[in-house]
Amino acid sequence: MERIPILKMGEFLLVTIQVDMHDRLAMTLQEDLTNRISQTGAHGVLIDISALDMVDSFIGRMMGNISSMSRVLDAETVVVGMQPAVAITLVELGLTLSGVRTALNVEKGMNLLRASVESTRQERADAGRES
Amino acid sequence: MNLNGTSRLPELFVKHEQQLVSSWIEELLRPGNLRSDLIREVEVREQCAELLRLITQAARSGNVASIDTSEWSPVRDMIANIAKTRAQQGFSPRDVATFVFSLKRPVFGVLASELSSDLPALTAEIWTATELIDKLGLWTTDVYQTSREEIIQRQQEDMLELSTPVVKLWEGVLALPIIGTLDSARTQVVMENLLQAIVDTGAEVAIIDITGVPTVDTLVSQHLLKTVAAARLMGADCIISGIRPQIAQTIVHLGVDLTDVVTKATLADAFMLALKKLGASITRAAIRS
Amino acid sequence: MPVVKAETLPILVQNDMVIVRQSVRAWASQVGMSIVDQTKIVTAASELARNTLVYGGGGSVNMELIQDGSRQGLRLTFTDQGPGIPDISKALSDGFTTGSGMGLGLGGSKRLVNEFEIDSAVGEGTRVTVTRWK
Repeated sequence: MERIPILKMGEFLLVTIQVDMHDRLAMTLQEDLTNRISQTGAHGVLIDISALDMVDSFIGRMMGNISSMSRVLDAETVVVGMQPAVAITLVELGLTLSGVRTALNVEKGMNLLRASVESTRQERADAGRES
Repeated sequence: MNLNGTSRLPELFVKHEQQLVSSWIEELLRPGNLRSDLIREVEVREQCAELLRLITQAARSGNVASIDTSEWSPVRDMIANIAKTRAQQGFSPRDVATFVFSLKRPVFGVLASELSSDLPALTAEIWTATELIDKLGLWTTDVYQTSREEIIQRQQEDMLELSTPVVKLWEGVLALPIIGTLDSARTQVVMENLLQAIVDTGAEVAIIDITGVPTVDTLVSQHLLKTVAAARLMGADCIISGIRPQIAQTIVHLGVDLTDVVTKATLADAFMLALKKLGASITRAAIRS
Repeated sequence: MPVVKAETLPILVQNDMVIVRQSVRAWASQVGMSIVDQTKIVTAASELARNTLVYGGGGSVNMELIQDGSRQGLRLTFTDQGPGIPDISKALSDGFTTGSGMGLGLGGSKRLVNEFEIDSAVGEGTRVTVTRWK
C-alpha cells in the first residue's frame, strides 16, 4: 500500500505531501505520524503542503487532528507552503484551522519549530530552578 | 412572391449575387459613406463579398423571415465580428448599422428589375427584404451593446484591482489601506492581492487599515475576518487598524467576535506593534551638539 | 443551455475521488477559470464526491461544459441511490467545523460555487448539481 514518507531531521519530523491524497491515504498518514512521533520522541513536525493545489474539509481536519494529537505527544506541528488559492478556498469553506500553526515555507517553519522548542526548554528549565 | 406565397428573395440573391456585391460596394464607396480614415477600401470589399455570400447561403434555406435560426448563425457571427472590429477601429454604432442598411438600395434595384411587371409581387418582396435587412441592421446594435457591456465589466474589474494596493512598509510588514466599501467581490481581490504579496515578500505581518471604509456591518466584519484567516493560513498575522469610534461601537453592538484579531486605532500604532513582533525597534541617533 | 462537452465518471472507490478531482481541474482549466475559481470548484467537487461515496454508498458524477451566451461554465451533477438526506436545511447549515452536524460539507460547498441545487428523498437517493461560471 502506498504511504507518504516521513523523514527525520534532527529532533523534527518532515512530511512532504506531493500526491493527490484520497481519504485512506490521509488517515494512514495520521496514524504513521503519531506512531513516529512517539517512537522517535520528536519535538516538532513540519508538514509541507506546497505541492497541494487543493485541500478539502477532510484533509483540513486531518491536519487539525495531527496538530492536536502531536501536541498531546509533546510535539509542535507547523503546516507550511499553503498555496494562496487553497487558503482562500479553505476560508470560504469555513475551515480556518485556528488550532494549526502555519508558516510560509519550510525555512520559516523550521525557525518557528526551533524557537518553540527552545522556549519550551527555557520554561522547563525555569520551572525546574524554581521548584 | 411565388405562386405558393414563398418569397423569391432566396432565388434572387443567388442569381444576382455578384451584382449585389458590386452595387453594395458602390453604395458604400460614395463620398461621405466610406470612412477611409478608419478603414481601407480593400477591407470593405472583402467584407461585403463575404457577408453577401453568407446571406445568400442562409437565404437558400428558404427562411428569410427570422435571422435567429441556425441557418443564419454564420451571418450573425460575421456581422458580430465586423461590428466588434469596427467599434475598435473607432466607428460609431450608427456607422456599423448603416453599413448593413445600405444593402437595401442594391436589393431594391434587383427586385425592381426582376419584378417590374408584377406590382403586387414587387411590393411584397420589397417589404420582405426591408424586414430582413432591418433585422440584420438591428443585430449590429445588439452586438455593439453587448461588447460595450463587456468593456464596462472589464474596467470595473480593473478598478477593483487598482483600488486595493498592497504596500510593503518594512521588511516583513505589509499594509493594506482599504478605501471604499468592502463587498464580497472586493474582498476576493483583497485576499488574492494580500496572499500573493505575502508569497512574494515573505511578510509575516499584514496591517489592514480600514480608515477609508465608511461602514462596517456584520457582512464587512465577516469579510475582514475571512481575510485575516486566509493570511494566517499563509503564516502571516494580521493587525486591523483605523478603527474609528463609531465603528468600534457598531462592532460591539453587532456582537462581532474580534477576540482572535489584534486591532489598533491607528496605522502608526499597528506599525509599532508589527515591528515589535518581528523583534525590531527604532532608535534615534544621538544629537550632536 | 447548450452543452459543449459531457462526461460521466463513476464514484465507487476511494481512488475515484482523486480521478474526479483531476478531471474537474482539467475541465475548469479548459474553461479558462482563474486559479482561485478552479480550486473552488475542485474542492466543492471533492466534498460532494465524498458524500456520494461515503454517505450515498457510491454513485457517479456527470460533468458538463456549458455555454450561456458568451460565458462558459462547468456544471457537475452528483447522483447516488443512497439513504437520502432527511433534513436538507439542517445539512446545509455549517456543522463540520465544530465537529457536530452531518459533516457533509454541503453548506461550505454551496459557498464555493455560483449555482447550487439539491434533490434528496429518504430511501431514494440524492442528486446535487453545482455550477461555476468563468
